[in-house]
Amino acid sequence: MRIVIAEDSVLLREGLTRLLTEAGHEVPAAEGDGEKFLRAVAAHTPDAVVVDVRMPPTFTDEGLRAALVVRDRWPDVGVLVLSQWVEERYAIELISGRPHGVGYLLKDRVADVSEFLDALDRVATGGSALDPEVVAQLLARSRHPLGELTPREREVLALMAEGRSNSAIAEALVVGGGAVEKHINNIFTKLGLAPADRDHRRVLAVLRYLGSG
Amino acid sequence: MFLVRDLVSPRTWLAMTSHLAGLFLGLAVMLFFVIGLSLGFSLLVLALVGLPILGLTLRVADWFARVERARIRLMLGVPIPAWPDGIRAGYRWGIVPRWRTLAERAAWGEIGYGLLRFPVSAVAATLSVSVWAVGLVMLTLPLYNSHLPSGGVTFGDMVFRGTPTMAASAVVGLILLLAAPQLTRGFAVADAALARWLLGPRRDLAARVIELEASRERVVDAAETERRRIERDLHDGAQQRLVALAMELGRAKAKFADDPNGARDLVDQAHAQAKEALTELRNLVRGVHPPVLTERGLDAALSGLAALCPVPVDVHVDVDVRPKSSVEAVAYFMVAEALTNVAKHSRASQAKVVVEGHGYPGTLTVMISDDGIGGANAHSPGLSGLADRVSGVDGRLSVEAPSGGPTIIAAELPCG
Repeated sequence: MRIVIAEDSVLLREGLTRLLTEAGHEVPAAEGDGEKFLRAVAAHTPDAVVVDVRMPPTFTDEGLRAALVVRDRWPDVGVLVLSQWVEERYAIELISGRPHGVGYLLKDRVADVSEFLDALDRVATGGSALDPEVVAQLLARSRHPLGELTPREREVLALMAEGRSNSAIAEALVVGGGAVEKHINNIFTKLGLAPADRDHRRVLAVLRYLGSG
Repeated sequence: MFLVRDLVSPRTWLAMTSHLAGLFLGLAVMLFFVIGLSLGFSLLVLALVGLPILGLTLRVADWFARVERARIRLMLGVPIPAWPDGIRAGYRWGIVPRWRTLAERAAWGEIGYGLLRFPVSAVAATLSVSVWAVGLVMLTLPLYNSHLPSGGVTFGDMVFRGTPTMAASAVVGLILLLAAPQLTRGFAVADAALARWLLGPRRDLAARVIELEASRERVVDAAETERRRIERDLHDGAQQRLVALAMELGRAKAKFADDPNGARDLVDQAHAQAKEALTELRNLVRGVHPPVLTERGLDAALSGLAALCPVPVDVHVDVDVRPKSSVEAVAYFMVAEALTNVAKHSRASQAKVVVEGHGYPGTLTVMISDDGIGGANAHSPGLSGLADRVSGVDGRLSVEAPSGGPTIIAAELPCG
């Protein structure tokens, strides 16, 4: 994959570049601010971008705004946003326009290299990746009661919202694929959501339900 | 008995001195003010020469007010606080009054007292001296009445003489003399009250200054406590973890050659330590000031708190206009502290956060309730720190925590 990076800390920019090249990806550009980053995306049309939320000059949500531009202008480019802090509100802003091909993770997650690469892969191929912390916030702020769900079903719902596939959920919970499917069907029935077959449509349904539904 | 004691009490004679001194000072000040004000205002219309004259008059009034406050404190024993400096507009180049100064209640109060000082002292001194004198004369009349050239005091054609008249005179004289100190001091009390009204700040303002001084002190203390907490958290948490991490990496480095598997385990541990340190730092920063609060406001910031709380929290935020950042921060930390208590002590199964603010500037209402066991102590360090923070923005905190629950912590924070 070809990946463009926007990260203002030199240390992390170099580290990310090295991590991605070592994993066999190509990094044609790694920039330190939003404008240069957008120019690089226009020049290289990568498969995915990795963007830090806080960047100069304002050091507030520059990166998030740059990510939203990429999301809207280049629908085929996967957008993975990294941040020192994750907030449900930013996730909703990111997801509301295009719920597929986007991801929002804590920067710390880079430390688990294989999981991070997996998430980037999902984002680049039209899936999604949401940080467990964001999902916890979404569940806490859910505008619908989740009281009918069993604890296990809540776990499955959280993993679904993170953007994981059935097999990944099964692996994380150490259960069989059939059990996961059964839980998912129960969740959809209890929450009154229309059954959806493809992974990202399912995530979309869940996020809509939790965030703004 | 006190009537007799008051005859020689220093307070009586200080009051008398004060009335007599006021005759002279009051006359001088009154003349100065009348001349200053009439010159100042008339020249103000003709040319701007009047402005410095007014300024000079007002400055003299300030100085006079200072002297008078000192006099009233020393002679009459009534302390009158000065107007707080911060709210007075002051002068340009030391003499030209700012426009706001010309409309100041403080300045005109001082001028007013200066103008009234002479008439008040005149009445007080004349009446006091007369009563003292008449009392003394009538009391002592029996001693020398018969030695007077006319054989007694004459009043028109009447001549006072004879034992019953003399006895009556002595009695009336005694009564007047005993009443004289009370009269003198009564004028002093009236004078002090007048000065309090004209020279002192409004009573609510004075009370407010005292209250603000106290709350400022508490806020500074709270900030200091907070800094110590951050220092401790950094020291006990992230710093220790980084030390452990560096140690494990060092051990791994030493082991690589002979024991690659052992080294791999150590690197695994170091990796876990590093991630823990990151989580701790992140939570610490959230506790100092969450970036999302500045960027997106209360509604967005409270999600993070709700998600961190092990007890399910229902968050409801309805705010039309974002309050100023200090108020938002207080509301945020109030919720943070309350939810920490919910998690630690309440044994609740459900908590609720409601934040409402309507109109501008208006008031922000913050309420946190839970269905736990209650019994929270409002004087605990956490809750009293919260009360200090709330009072720092002029808000009011109420804690309702009957034993057995439910607990309701609420605050009203003015947003203006």
